[in-house]
Amino acid sequence: MNEYTILEERKDQIHRTGEGALDMACNRESLAGAVSQRACVFCGSRVVLYPIADALHLVHGPIGCAVYTWDIRGALSSGPELHRLSFSTDLQETDVIFGGEKKLEAALDELIDRHSPKAAFVYSTCIVGIIGDDLEAVCRKMSEKKGIPVLPVMSEGFKGSKREGYLAACKAMFKLVGNEDVSDVSPLSVNILGDFNLAGEIWIIREYFKKMWVEVVANITGDGRVKDIGRSHGAALNLVQCSGATLDLAKMMKEKYGKPYMRVSYLGIEDMADSLYQVADFFKDVDPDIVKRTENLVRDELSKLMPELARMRKDLEGKKVAMYVGGSFKAFSLLKAFRHLGMKVVMVGSQTGTKEDYAELERISDPGTILVDDANPLELSAFIKEKDVDIFVGGVKERPIAFKMGVGFCDHNHERKEALEGFEGMLNFAREIHASAMSPVWNFVPRRSKKAGE
Amino acid sequence: MTTKSKNFTSTTNACKLCTPLGASLAFRGVEGSIPFLHGSQGCATYMRRYVISHFREPVDIASSALGEKHAVYGGGPNLKKGILNVMKKYEPKIVGVATTCLTETIGDDVPMYLNEFNKEFGDLDLPDIVQVSTPSYNGTHMDGWHGAVRSMVEQLCTEKAEDDGHVNILPNMVSCEDVRHLFDICEDFGLKATILPDISETLDGPALEDYVKIPVGGTPVEDIKKMSGAAATIELGRCVPAKSGGTSLAERFGVANHRIGLPMGLRESDIFFETLEAVSGKKMPARYERERGRLIDAYVDGHKYIFGKRAVVYGEEDLVTGLCAFLAEIGVDVVLAGSGAKKKGMAEAISAVTEGVGRTTPEIHEGVDFHDIAERAGELKPDLLIGHSKGYRYAKVWGIPLIRLGFPVHDRFGGQRIPTLGYRGTQHLFDRIVNAMLEKKQADNPVGYGYM
Ligand code: SF4
Ligand code: SF4
Repeated sequence: MNEYTILEERKDQIHRTGEGALDMACNRESLAGAVSQRACVFCGSRVVLYPIADALHLVHGPIGCAVYTWDIRGALSSGPELHRLSFSTDLQETDVIFGGEKKLEAALDELIDRHSPKAAFVYSTCIVGIIGDDLEAVCRKMSEKKGIPVLPVMSEGFKGSKREGYLAACKAMFKLVGNEDVSDVSPLSVNILGDFNLAGEIWIIREYFKKMWVEVVANITGDGRVKDIGRSHGAALNLVQCSGATLDLAKMMKEKYGKPYMRVSYLGIEDMADSLYQVADFFKDVDPDIVKRTENLVRDELSKLMPELARMRKDLEGKKVAMYVGGSFKAFSLLKAFRHLGMKVVMVGSQTGTKEDYAELERISDPGTILVDDANPLELSAFIKEKDVDIFVGGVKERPIAFKMGVGFCDHNHERKEALEGFEGMLNFAREIHASAMSPVWNFVPRRSKKAGE
Repeated sequence: MTTKSKNFTSTTNACKLCTPLGASLAFRGVEGSIPFLHGSQGCATYMRRYVISHFREPVDIASSALGEKHAVYGGGPNLKKGILNVMKKYEPKIVGVATTCLTETIGDDVPMYLNEFNKEFGDLDLPDIVQVSTPSYNGTHMDGWHGAVRSMVEQLCTEKAEDDGHVNILPNMVSCEDVRHLFDICEDFGLKATILPDISETLDGPALEDYVKIPVGGTPVEDIKKMSGAAATIELGRCVPAKSGGTSLAERFGVANHRIGLPMGLRESDIFFETLEAVSGKKMPARYERERGRLIDAYVDGHKYIFGKRAVVYGEEDLVTGLCAFLAEIGVDVVLAGSGAKKKGMAEAISAVTEGVGRTTPEIHEGVDFHDIAERAGELKPDLLIGHSKGYRYAKVWGIPLIRLGFPVHDRFGGQRIPTLGYRGTQHLFDRIVNAMLEKKQADNPVGYGYM
């Protein structure tokens, strides 16, 4: 590998399993000039909050921050779709000089009247942090005037990385929790946290819970509603998916309302089944039959799924996979899912992994696997080549890297339009991987055709 | 002609992008170049994502990745460090530095930093560094695009080069396919052309064996330096800022600047080809005569299907102007022409290009977003929408076809290969519009004729 590919300052963010002790540097600011794949604090907040479909999401800042996040993700709603519009104060030079508070106030006034949202989130961006608009004061004033919660999200892009954005989002949401009556909530009840209902995935999961007779009080935040979040403190248990994004909210709810939480994953067979069994286990004292119901559910689903997977596995056996994901928790599940397909994971990277996450990854991955934190195109392409990867899993920014080099790709990020969660999601996932890995087009790309000619 | 101003304080579904995005795209059209955004990491990452979705090509945009302390104490150190890192990893021939809202607001003096940088690291083999100021609160992506082009011309072209008879073309923000077509046309005229920027390969390249750090192609830096010795500059776009790459070359080196519209439609294309005839001293090659003839033939064959149809067009100011020129010729009435940009002279330009042919005078909306457009369109009852992908949700609600072109095309394949320029591009566009109307008629018809 070209010595220049990895910058000296980034060396301790890359590790090969089995080669010495793991001491990963994480959650560090991205390096200047490194063309990081990471975004900003604002991005973190926006990802978490935006699927709340009956709230207004107003980006206070110049136009770009709002326009680049306009309906780019696949979070679906079963009702209102306010979240799919892009609202901005589109700050102009005069606002930058004289302050943007007046404009923000007028924008909120107008938009709340126009759309009658159940709440409004106001995201601050870099520039707002600099010109010093008092977002909290404006929001307080508009809350009173309009009679709905108007919540500032302190997400100035430069004040950290995506993780800080998650926290800012959780803080804003927590202000909604506890606002509604919970007297009719079932003792067998959960909140689904950290799922964004990409391609309707939450609907799949809710269906499972329905079969287990578990009530879902609030989806946080995919297909989310302000009112549901208001009564989410009534649920008996919080289920937290997605590394980091909503864990802070679960912690806040534990502290204030004494609600326990559990980390789950709906990706892959094992983790999906495991997550359901854990929930059943949690409620078995209240309703012992729940265990049986859950077992039946899992058995039914697996009997549909397994024969199809076995068929695809025949083709996929031994193929190599690299993945670069947002949260590293997802990587655990994917790693296991790929084992089901007979595939070998040779590289795992994430934007926001913690030390503990990487330790866990090291534990469950094969020796020689490359672990990387906060990567960039040159590193990723070098790893793809070194490991002679067949399939790369990532987001839109990673796609052209793989394709340019003649490597199959699966979008497992927020922008995908295909449901990959649950048992049926596993089937979709396997089909997509199979379709890409087995396409004849790879015969024609320079990398493969040259190898074949050797 | 009416020019409607904005009724709303807030922006809903903007019809423009931010300034550094345009600059980054322009910088991507230079050989060996890396665009570098001076600001926090998020801007660069978001823009990459946005651009990648359209071009489906790797787009590496570096960032100085400013954090909180840099925002307070100034971004100079990170800018320098960032450029050094980019040099180490990408070995660029040129780095295009564009500011962002953040660094503009904190008042970072980029020219000064770059001066210091050149002094501090003068002993290294430094790439050319071009910088452009691109605050987004002061314009749109088109200002970024034109600003970057002008900066390159001003900062790289410092001496009068020998006159080698070549022609400069500043093509505006057109597709990769359009740039390729421009090259072919010039070649057929026997003209050597420097097209700046040239995104034809850098943003639409072949499959490769390896990931290359910087894609092959783009305007060579040496050629940019020689633009001062051109026989002429042809600058496409009637809404280009008063001070542009073309005017700079004219003022400083006396290179004649021909500012003409985007060659869309018959008459604007005629002007373009006449300009080439004048510059090259050659008659238009026969193949273009034939293309022209076929286009007129198609106009005649298809006129009934589209006459009197009402169109809403939106997007970049020059693209909208070009579309108006073309649509006026074929009897489609533009009822609303909108752009997120303002004060670019779009109203005057549209009136100039539709003069004598247009059946109606469109409403011109500058500085609009899609909410504004939708509000008016409710009354205007258009039959078709023409513009980039972001109009899709409106087309869907109104049940009318959307002809996708411009940037971004995020919900279709091949956006970077859509032709719009010259007789051939116009032909392509014309066929698409006629077919869209036929398809609609067929779909709406209860009988479902299979022979239209
Ligand atoms: S801060 Fe400015 S430059 Fe950055 S994305 Fe937002 S509008 Fe664009
Ligand atoms: S301006 Fe700040 S908040 Fe907006 S995209 Fe850029 S880094 Fe993120």
